[in-house]
Amino acid sequence: MSVAQHPSALRIALVGNPNCGKTALFNRLTGSRQKVANYAGVTVERKEGVFTSPAGRTVRILDLPGAYSLHSASLDEAITREVCMGQRPGEARPDLLVSVVDATNLRLHLRFVLELRRLGLPMVVVLNMSDAAARRGILIDREALSQALGVPVVQTVAVKRDGAAGLVRLFDESLPPAPPAQPLDSVSEFDTHAEVKRLLDIAVTMPTRTARFDDAMDRVVLHPVFGLVILAVLLFFMFQAVFSWAAPMMDGIEAGVHWFGEWLGAMLPDGMLKSLLVDGLIAGLGSVVVFLPQILILFLFILTLEESGYLPRAAFLLDRLMMGAGLSGRSFIPLLSSFACAIPGIMATRTIQDPRDRLTTILVAPLMTCSARLPVYALLIGAFIPERTVGGMFNLQGLVLFALYVAGIVSALVVAYVLKWFRRDRTDHPLLMELPSYRVPNPRDIAIGLWERARIFLSRVGKVILTLTVLLWFLASFPSPPAGATLPPIDYSFAGMIGQALEHVFAPIGFNWQICVALVPGLAAREVAVGALATVYALSGSYDTVAVQLAPMIAAQWSLATALSLLAWYVFAPQCISTLAVIRRETNSWKVMAASAAYLTGLAYLASFITYRVALMFS
Amino acid sequence: MRLSELSRRTVAIVKSVDDATPNDPVARRLRDLGFVPGETVQIITFGPFGKDPLVAQVGFTRFALRRSEADRIAVEIASATISSIVPASQADTPDAAKRIA
Repeated sequence: MSVAQHPSALRIALVGNPNCGKTALFNRLTGSRQKVANYAGVTVERKEGVFTSPAGRTVRILDLPGAYSLHSASLDEAITREVCMGQRPGEARPDLLVSVVDATNLRLHLRFVLELRRLGLPMVVVLNMSDAAARRGILIDREALSQALGVPVVQTVAVKRDGAAGLVRLFDESLPPAPPAQPLDSVSEFDTHAEVKRLLDIAVTMPTRTARFDDAMDRVVLHPVFGLVILAVLLFFMFQAVFSWAAPMMDGIEAGVHWFGEWLGAMLPDGMLKSLLVDGLIAGLGSVVVFLPQILILFLFILTLEESGYLPRAAFLLDRLMMGAGLSGRSFIPLLSSFACAIPGIMATRTIQDPRDRLTTILVAPLMTCSARLPVYALLIGAFIPERTVGGMFNLQGLVLFALYVAGIVSALVVAYVLKWFRRDRTDHPLLMELPSYRVPNPRDIAIGLWERARIFLSRVGKVILTLTVLLWFLASFPSPPAGATLPPIDYSFAGMIGQALEHVFAPIGFNWQICVALVPGLAAREVAVGALATVYALSGSYDTVAVQLAPMIAAQWSLATALSLLAWYVFAPQCISTLAVIRRETNSWKVMAASAAYLTGLAYLASFITYRVALMFS
Repeated sequence: MRLSELSRRTVAIVKSVDDATPNDPVARRLRDLGFVPGETVQIITFGPFGKDPLVAQVGFTRFALRRSEADRIAVEIASATISSIVPASQADTPDAAKRIA
């Protein structure tokens, strides 16, 4: 149902501080009838939902980004300010502001209410989490607060089924009179706080200043030793889960897609159509869907940690470590997740509020050694690095693998540091982060969050990946080999021609033409390179047998220097269109995507060149 | 005395938030978050590496601040007694109000 057909629709905007439970209230009101997109030209998420009031009125709800104030310190706040003031192009000014406050944290949140009141828009104040306030013994006189503020005040418990009934009833009444508009800067921060104190004196009875539970939790969670131990255990568990819980599901998806391809292939006559459907389209779809398990598992953890109030605390513990490289504590979890796969890692950067930190994190995330590099590393290490013990206890192959991981981490730190120096804006970006009260995450909100992530990935990123996979299929399949051809068909295709042309570029770093040809289809995903090499060497059979045959073959034909050079290439090279697609999607910018592809390729070439030349000198 | 120099769990009163640069957005944000003259503030804990950042509690709310941010806040120790929970009224002594005026 399109909203445009209902001109009488009431347009409301939810506004409030971060951590006021605004999104939970939004979910309560709209359920899954939400549209998540970006505001035009920026990466700030725009969430809109529609619901119908008991009297049948259509209500369009905009969930504005969380803000502490209308003096925009961040991009999020700038959007909130522009929409509230009716200055955002393409965004109608709301008919009614629903100012959401956390009833347990009125001292902070009422300040923003006073600022919003100066806008002179009809307004309702929502005391959210009123159940938590009651449990803590905070008594709020709603009538008195409403009188003192001059706007209606309602209570909600967003996580309960009928928790928003009081608010919903208001939508069927006529709009409350707008408070008088005042210039935003007409009242000093000090006077605003004095006014908040006056309101609290009139309407609120407080038992103690902080919840004892929060204080007890923070004594352990933020402890310099125990806090870090808890964090390490949590991260270890999360990392394990992303790696190992996802594996059977991914295998299942791959097997399912393979089976479907075979089944469809058996029904169709041999030819282009069959090849397009089976090797292009279905294989492409499979390469999109296969990321879902990791994305969902990672976001299950991240959403739970965020909702519970733990994530900002983890960022606090790690901030100093990340700050040296020009990142913030918030970058840690996205980067850690990128060890499993850069796709969910880059999507997880949404938890970084600062746009500059977020961009740096997105740019360095592909340098973390993702699991798709392992098949390539395993093949090359197995074929070229002798299995022997060094220093009495270390396995040489294991050491090389470890060195490759370290190379990724170190280069990410260096790149982040260099980016910090290249930026025009060198001001310190503040940490200034609220540590919200601990909360039990609500399964419904987590489920809605997961559903959103999956939908965004499949609909937006999926299209790009699918298109590019089909394009790569085309390059690898056309033109067909001439009659009486002796070499594998790929050598006669566009991919083969491109690869052979690339040999001139890659000869200085020791790549032979077979490697160059394999790099083209290998753009689809890193692990595809193993299969592509097998195709070039005209091996056929199942993946496992091919990998076993391939190792002695390349060991005999390549020099050690070439193998090491290719390893160095895979530490850096953006051999993964899905990563590039997700960068494009998350930054909303082709330029950033092109820049990251260019710098990663440049680094890869440089690293391979140095590796190859040094290895040649020693051999 | 600066907030960054305060020891753990010592209750102090905010005297001022000073701009490090003209129109300092960080100072403005600190005032937005409730670091205004007369509020009680205390440091809950320090970060595990180099005691940076720190967690400061103002009003009911806890914030993680880097030292450079906490340096902008001038404080005065409220009393000799160290306690983690102070009734709200204690911050509103006429004394504190006069100093601001």
